[in-house]
Amino acid sequence: MAHDLSSVRADFPVLAELIDGKPLVYLDSANTSQKPHAVIDAMSCFLEHSYGPTNRSAYRLAADATDAYEGARVKVARFVNAAKPHEIVFTKNATESLNLVARAWGSTNLSSGDAIVLTHMEHHANIVPWQMMAAERGFEIRWVPLTADGLLDLTDLDRLLDGAKALSFTAMSNVLGTINPVRELCAAAHAHGAIAVVDGCQSVPHMPTDVREWDADFVAFSSHKMVGPSGIGLLWGRESLLESMPPFLGGGSMISDVRLDGFECAELPAKFEAGTQPIVEAVGLGAAVDYLSALGMDNVRAHEVALTVEALDKLKGRFGDDIEIHGSPDASVRGATISFAFRDVHPHDVSQVLDQHNVCVRAGHHCAKPLMRLLGANATVRASFYLYNTSDEIDTLCDALGETAEFFSA
Amino acid sequence: MPGLEDLYREIILDHYKNPRNRGHLDAPAVSAKGHNPLCGDEIEVFVLVEDGRVADVRISGQGCSISQSSASMMSAAIKGKTVEEVRALVSRFRHMMSIEEEGPAPDTTVALGDLEALQGVVKFPVRIKCAVLAWNTLTEALSNT
Ligand SMILES: Cc1ncc(COP(=O)(O)O)c(C=O)c1O
Repeated sequence: MAHDLSSVRADFPVLAELIDGKPLVYLDSANTSQKPHAVIDAMSCFLEHSYGPTNRSAYRLAADATDAYEGARVKVARFVNAAKPHEIVFTKNATESLNLVARAWGSTNLSSGDAIVLTHMEHHANIVPWQMMAAERGFEIRWVPLTADGLLDLTDLDRLLDGAKALSFTAMSNVLGTINPVRELCAAAHAHGAIAVVDGCQSVPHMPTDVREWDADFVAFSSHKMVGPSGIGLLWGRESLLESMPPFLGGGSMISDVRLDGFECAELPAKFEAGTQPIVEAVGLGAAVDYLSALGMDNVRAHEVALTVEALDKLKGRFGDDIEIHGSPDASVRGATISFAFRDVHPHDVSQVLDQHNVCVRAGHHCAKPLMRLLGANATVRASFYLYNTSDEIDTLCDALGETAEFFSA
Repeated sequence: MPGLEDLYREIILDHYKNPRNRGHLDAPAVSAKGHNPLCGDEIEVFVLVEDGRVADVRISGQGCSISQSSASMMSAAIKGKTVEEVRALVSRFRHMMSIEEEGPAPDTTVALGDLEALQGVVKFPVRIKCAVLAWNTLTEALSNT
């Protein structure tokens, strides 16, 4: 394994929890990740010693709090190689980031007769905001289909992009694990005069991210999936686009002037940060980014590739035709998120038996119902691995599945 | 922690593997669709009411062992009962699932029979929604009569 796993695990206090005397096997990081001491301590230390308002008051405590909040922005900007810190906008979560793009960018760029392109593997967060706008403005939504292996089928991409204003797609599927060719997709969008919006929720926590190398226009992601706290999300946007867009939410902090007959917007990034911000969460996120950077995102990816190869091998080796793993069998084009059907046992029942072994997996539609329909399933079981998971945990998963098979065949 | 046997009683697994009254009914039967957004379970309940009694009932859809067996046991339990009796049973069942009702307390003398086997679900709160899915859908179907 590419990093010192026992010391990494020791950084995450919840991983030492015992339930009924047995260790916790947390395989639901695609849903939300666990938090290291570094993040927990940074937040409680800030709350104990430095908490105050940001960007509003002149006294020292407020200035320190502002430095901490803005410092987090600088860290995130570096982490994804943004050209400027003010291209990073703090939101509530990635869902809000995507709503921001759909609404603020969409309101000045999309009207009837226009088209945008999404893919069949999107999370609801990258579908519904566009559908809400389309219902108001009457533009068309086109869909990139999938191959049998769960990759994007790009055969007709040029036709789909013809006349489109935006291509919005996930960098990595939260169900299939598929890693999409982000740079090529951004280039294809630009070749047709469309902008490229990337849902980075599942990729940014798991591999190096370079928004400039991607040449994307917007990238949305969430702190809580990358060992940071919940309650804060991120949007990186190309400066020129953020500047040209109207604001998203109105209120305090996002204005430079308000008169009885109107208002003027503040500069970036305040323009998109109305109201009191998730200050403590930003500090925690900054610590999370430091933590990931110290581990090295290449190492995180290498660790997860190794786990993916091993998990796919062991699951297939042990259960053969009793398990149907969705998505590609090739670990080089997928992340460590593994969705599967197990015999004819309903995913909810599988996860119930696994829970008996403290194995935490998600059972359900994973907020991707169009994709589920394509798979012909109402639900799947999803085991997702992260930087703190181990080979032993793969074995525990397999053993618990073995027991599931026994229980439901008896 | 409660064990799996508390949840998956033999009779539940039997109804799951051999569901009763599967299928659908045409008008004049009434029907309703229900789904559990959490896990994607979907169900459709068809009821034919004749002279104030449930003359026939059919269930279609798919879901986990708890939602499917609860639906199957429900279908067996309500056939032949008057609509009044069915309503009392629904409210008794919801009470067993620890669901607070408005209005008068349910009549605890209503016999649950095999349905008692679902009692263990209460120890697994996330599964209560699965167990009551068919019952809520039945109530909706009956409101269409
Ligand atoms: C691919 C993808 N997009 C968007 C989201 C939404 O993220 P959040 O719930 O943090 O807003 C998620 C996570 O659930 C996701 O996996």
